[in-house]
Formats: sequence, C-alpha cells, structure tokens
Amino acid sequence: MKKLMLGNEAVARGAYEAGVTVAAAYPGTPSTEITENIAKYDEIYSEWSPNEKVALEVAIGASIAGARAICSMKHVGLNVAADPLFTVSYTGVNGGLVIMVADDPGMHSSQNEQDSRCYAKGAKVPMLEPSDSQECKDFVKKAFEVSEKYDTPVIVRLSTRISHSQSIVEISDRSEYKLKDYVKDPAKYVMMPAMARPRHVEVEKRMAALKELSNTDEFNKIEWGNKEIGVITSGIAYQYAREAFGDVSYLKLGMVYPLPDKLIKEFASQVKTLYIIEELDPFIEEYVKTLGINAIGKEKLPIIGEYSANLIREKIFGQKVESKSVTDEQIPVRPPVMCPGCPHRGMYYVLRMLKLTVSGDIGCYTLGALPPTQSMDTCVCMGASIGGALGMEKARGAEFGKKTVAVIGDSTFIHSGITGLIDVVYNKGNSTVIILDNSITGMTGHQHNPTTGFTIKGEPTKQVDLVKLCNAIGIDRVRVVDPFDIKEFEKAVKEETQADEPSVIISQRPCALLKHVKFEGPIRINIEKCKKCKMCLSVGCPAIVDKGDHIEVNEALCVGCMLCTKVCNFNAFEKAGE
Amino acid sequence: MEKLNIMIVGVGGQGTLLASRVLGNVAMKMDYDVKVSEVHGMAQRGGSVVTYVKLGNKVYSPIIEKGEADIIIAFEKLEALRWIEYLKEDGTLILNDQRIDPMPVITGKAKYPENIVEKIKNNYKNVISIDALQIAKECGNIKAVNTVLLGILAKSTSIGKEVWLESLKENVPAKALDVNLKAFEAGYNA
Repeated sequence: MKKLMLGNEAVARGAYEAGVTVAAAYPGTPSTEITENIAKYDEIYSEWSPNEKVALEVAIGASIAGARAICSMKHVGLNVAADPLFTVSYTGVNGGLVIMVADDPGMHSSQNEQDSRCYAKGAKVPMLEPSDSQECKDFVKKAFEVSEKYDTPVIVRLSTRISHSQSIVEISDRSEYKLKDYVKDPAKYVMMPAMARPRHVEVEKRMAALKELSNTDEFNKIEWGNKEIGVITSGIAYQYAREAFGDVSYLKLGMVYPLPDKLIKEFASQVKTLYIIEELDPFIEEYVKTLGINAIGKEKLPIIGEYSANLIREKIFGQKVESKSVTDEQIPVRPPVMCPGCPHRGMYYVLRMLKLTVSGDIGCYTLGALPPTQSMDTCVCMGASIGGALGMEKARGAEFGKKTVAVIGDSTFIHSGITGLIDVVYNKGNSTVIILDNSITGMTGHQHNPTTGFTIKGEPTKQVDLVKLCNAIGIDRVRVVDPFDIKEFEKAVKEETQADEPSVIISQRPCALLKHVKFEGPIRINIEKCKKCKMCLSVGCPAIVDKGDHIEVNEALCVGCMLCTKVCNFNAFEKAGE
Repeated sequence: MEKLNIMIVGVGGQGTLLASRVLGNVAMKMDYDVKVSEVHGMAQRGGSVVTYVKLGNKVYSPIIEKGEADIIIAFEKLEALRWIEYLKEDGTLILNDQRIDPMPVITGKAKYPENIVEKIKNNYKNVISIDALQIAKECGNIKAVNTVLLGILAKSTSIGKEVWLESLKENVPAKALDVNLKAFEAGYNA
C-alpha cells in the first residue's frame, strides 16, 4: 500500500516495521513528529523523556536488554545526548539501536545550524542519510540490521526539508522482533578503563569493516549519466542537485560516515569535473580531498544556510533567476509572534515595565526578545537561563542581580533547568527564576512533559510538583502567580528580585491554544471612550492594531483573553457584537 | 499534465497545513509522484508560512522557486505580495482578500502596502480574488477559509471534483467535516 508521509512519519513507520519495541525522545523541531507518530503504534512503548540524554540512555538500556530501540532528537539535542553517545559507541549493542537526529540548515526553528555529521565522526558511529520519505523508512529498517551486524549504534541524519516534506511511501507489515537473550557481560557493558581499552580496539576494527560496507552496499550508489560532470551528494542536497545539474553522473551517498574511499576514487576517475554538493560543513568534500582528488565544493557554494536548485545553478553555472517584482515598496516582514491569549504576554508586560535584565531560554517565550515586547537579553541553549542569571550576578554583584531574572518554560526547566537552580542555592546566589508553567510543551506543538501529569500516550501519571521540587532544592521563596493578574505579578517580581535569597515565581496559566482553554470571544474598542493613549498596544498583542487615527481590534484574531482591558485606564474595551 | 507546482502561503494558524495535506492526497489519488514541503515549529507562530506542493511524473526537490509556481493560493493579501514572484507569468493566483497586519505594521514601524490586489493584477492576468472569510462565516465556521480556497482551486484544475471530496473526507476530522464540505462547495461554485 502506498501512503503520502512526512519524512518523520516514515521514520516512525520504519521503526514499526523493524519490530522496535522501545522509543524515547525529547521533542524538538524538526524531529518531533517521529515520536508522535511512533506513539500511535500500540506495539511500541514510547515516551517523552525529560531530555535527550535520558532518552538515549533509555534506548541504550532497552538495546542492552535485547530489544530494538530508537531514540530521536533535533541536532542540538544530540549535544545533550553526546555523553552517552560517545560511550555507547564503545559498548555496542545487543538489540539494534538507532539514533535519529534532525538538522536544521537555514535555522527555521533553531539557535544554531551545527552539522551532526561531525558527531558520527567524533563518536565513531556510522551515519545514514535518506533523501526522501521512502528512504527514511527503508534506511531506518536497514540501520537496525547494520546496528546488530556490526555491534554499533547507528545514527540516521535528517534535515528540516526531509523531516517536513511528504512524499510517497510503500508500506509493509511489521516483522516481530524476538527479544535477544540478556547475558551479563561487564567486559562489554561496564565502561571503566580496563574494559574500555579493549573496546576501543573493537571500535576501530568495526569502523574498518563499516568502511567496506560503505564501499559495497547499495546505500551508496552511482547513477551514471553524462560523464563531463560528476556530482557527489547526499540527503536533500541530492534532490536539489538532480534539478540543477540534470543528466550528469551522480554518486549518491546514503551512508555519510564512514565514507566509501574506493567508490569515491572509482567515480572521480571517470568524470571530468567533480562537484561536491552538501549543505553546511564541507564534510564529504574534506574527505574527498584527503584522498588526493580535486573537487569543487565550498569554494563556490555557501557553508551557511539551505541550498536550492536555483542556488546551485547560480553559484555553479552563473545562471541567476531574474524575478519580476510588482512593487518597489518594502514588503513588511512577518516574524512569528506570541499568539493572542498567550500567557507569556502578561509576564513580559511586567518585565518590560520594570526594565529588568532577562536571562532567557528556549521555547515560545523566546519570542519575547522581538518587538514589541523586546524583553529578553540572552538565549543560548536549553536551561541556560538560570546558570546565566547566576553568572551575571556573580560578575556584576548583588545589585545587578536584583535587577535580573531568569525566564524558563516548564518543560525546559525539567529538561535542564533543575541543575542550574541547584547551583543558585548551593553557591549562595540570589537569582529570581520565573518558571513559565503553561501546562504543556508549547513551541514544538503541545507535547506532554513531566509537569503536565500525562504521558505521550495521554495516560495519567504522576505530575512533578514544581513548588515542592523547588522547596526540596532549598528555595524557600516560591510563589505561584497568574501572569494575567498584572498587579499581583508585578508585586511578586518586585518583591522577589529584592529579596536577599534566591526565589522562584511560577507563572501559571495554560497555553491559549490548549483545547480546554476557553475565552470570552472577541472584544472591540469603543472609539468614543478610547483616548488613544496606546497603553493597550504596549501589551504587544497581534490583534490590537494602530490604524493611525484610531486603535482597532482585529476580531478575527482576538480570542477575548482580556489582558489589554487590564491596562486600559478608560474602560474603552467592550464585547464585540453587542 | 507533466507537472504542477502549487504554493500555499499565509499566516501561521490559518490552516494552510490542512489545505496542503488534502492537496497532496488528491495528487496521490491521481497517481502522480508528489512532494509536499511544510513549515512547522517556530515559524508557525503567526509568522509568514509557505507550503510547496509539487506533482508530476517524478519530483526531486520538494521546494518551488521563483517563477516556478503554476498556482499560488494566498490566504492573506500581504503574503500574496510577498510570494508573487514565485508565480509563473501565466500562473494563477487565488487570493483570499483578507488583511492581517504583521507586528511591524501593528507597532507602526512599517506600512501595510495599499492596493495589493490591483498591483498584482497589473502584472498577472489570472488573479481570482475572493472574500473567503465571509464565505466561511456563512458556512458556519471562519476556520473553513482553507476549504473555501480549496474549492476554488479544485474548480481551476482538471482533476475531478469527486477526488477532492474523497480527500477531504480522509483528511478533515469527522466533527468538522460537514462545515468543510459546505465550504468546499461554496468555493467550488463561487
């Protein structure tokens, strides 16, 4: 049967067909839908883990216990999971272990555009790279075979355009996978120096064997065409290259680590001009050049951002597409914004008024850095807000600390904020940390997390009690405040930042997009009462528009959260349609 | 039909993803190779969103580039203007005549361009402009703007109506199906 599937959905299908029984992940664009789709299969235990490191550890445990296991994350998630990755490379596997990682060239939804292929090389782990949804499914299934045959974890690398493009997939039935026996084997699974040394020898032997596989397996294939030009490429770049170069010869790499030395030499020897087409780092190119082969790559093509067929045509052949403009005007950009009704808006209104330094973190609330809220000073990685705030205080002194807050979402706090908060207490900081508890993981599209009380399958479970958790760490000042109660929120922030001890404010109000969240419905402005003071514009809601001569509410966007009515001194808002 | 490139552009939250899924499904039912490229995550939060749907005998790149689109369905006027360069000279623009101000306009940092529809019509001859929001309202749910526009698209392609209806039934949640079928018909007959 054929089905139109996202790359991520096809990965899930591949895991299902391969007989996987354990799947763990932390959500992150563009990887999230892999595990959301896996969770639909009753045969597979699946979980949202607190972070990617735990997710990989769960998958490693499942593999050692004899099951086929899969673990998924976005590229920066692999940084978090890098610690177990580098050592599971040494232990190898029992049941097959596949690690999915989704890169984000062009940074559609990420804080950097690191190239995960460098991890495969660093950790000495083979890496496959599919170029459409069918290959996503096929490669995942084959990755399990490679994992078991070569006693290694296998990374499968995706990118945004592979993860989030749908294409046609031929689906098959699931092959049940019989649990492998669990046998105690400390020499293989207890990595301390005496055991790890011989395992490193095994790793090097394995990589040599995998290089042979790379040379001979159909993962890497030559598509002969006109031999004037040869193109070595992989993943989504292959698709762009096919459109830009047309009928030339291609060496399409499905296994991007280890790279096939013999196959590359054979291919290069038969083509006149050799191009390497790959997004981000010159990973293939540098290897090809170490083989003493001349090739054109990053000298003509960018190391930054996404590619496209037109970009390749322009950079390689100098063919620039002239586009027809219908206007000379500057077309206003439309950056993402916090939704109408978003609970974070109340908090940012207060932080902005108080002119605080805001050590930020990763989630929907990162949008608070953009106009009109413009209230976030830093954003580095998941969990960095709390350590960052402490560092600022230690560098600039207690008075600066009293004008500084850390802002972190509930899911991000669980992911990697807790250790930062322990640091604040342990090392006698005074930081004020605002945990944004909106009852869900928002930015990635509403996934449950340990603070929501539900599992990935929607089953009720124990809910982390954030107040008790903070108390247990040693934070005595913890208060829960509704960010839409602006007066109370302002009072809380003022008091807690001034306190001579660390404190936590839990800003509690559910995400406006959650189904159970009901608002009053759109409101409008009574222009007779409105004095055009523009206080309502300062909340930064996309539904309130400055029309020049008057202020207007866009009723198609307004949900009726009433936040703006709380800053209006003239009672100018009224329910629409009355 | 050797190949057909369709772009769906709009503002995050307007329902462009559902439209592209229905469309992708239609293409598959017609036995074409098809690729649908979507935007998820950060960019979806009220930002400018674009979905590419490419069908043909063999589709490589999932994205459509400047001057390559046969049809653009624009859910919002400013987005139509932003992406119009992607339309082929003889391509068709299906435009929902709705205005949603982006944040720079709301804050007064930028101006929303005037007379967008006229400017586009001066350069492209096949422009279908319609108030799909009003039609969706009349059908019972303003969220059905996407299906109204699909109805118009269906009418302008050579693919049979029954294929579209089948795809709608498979992709729209059961409880919203009636409203959406009504909206599709309204668009189809507009």
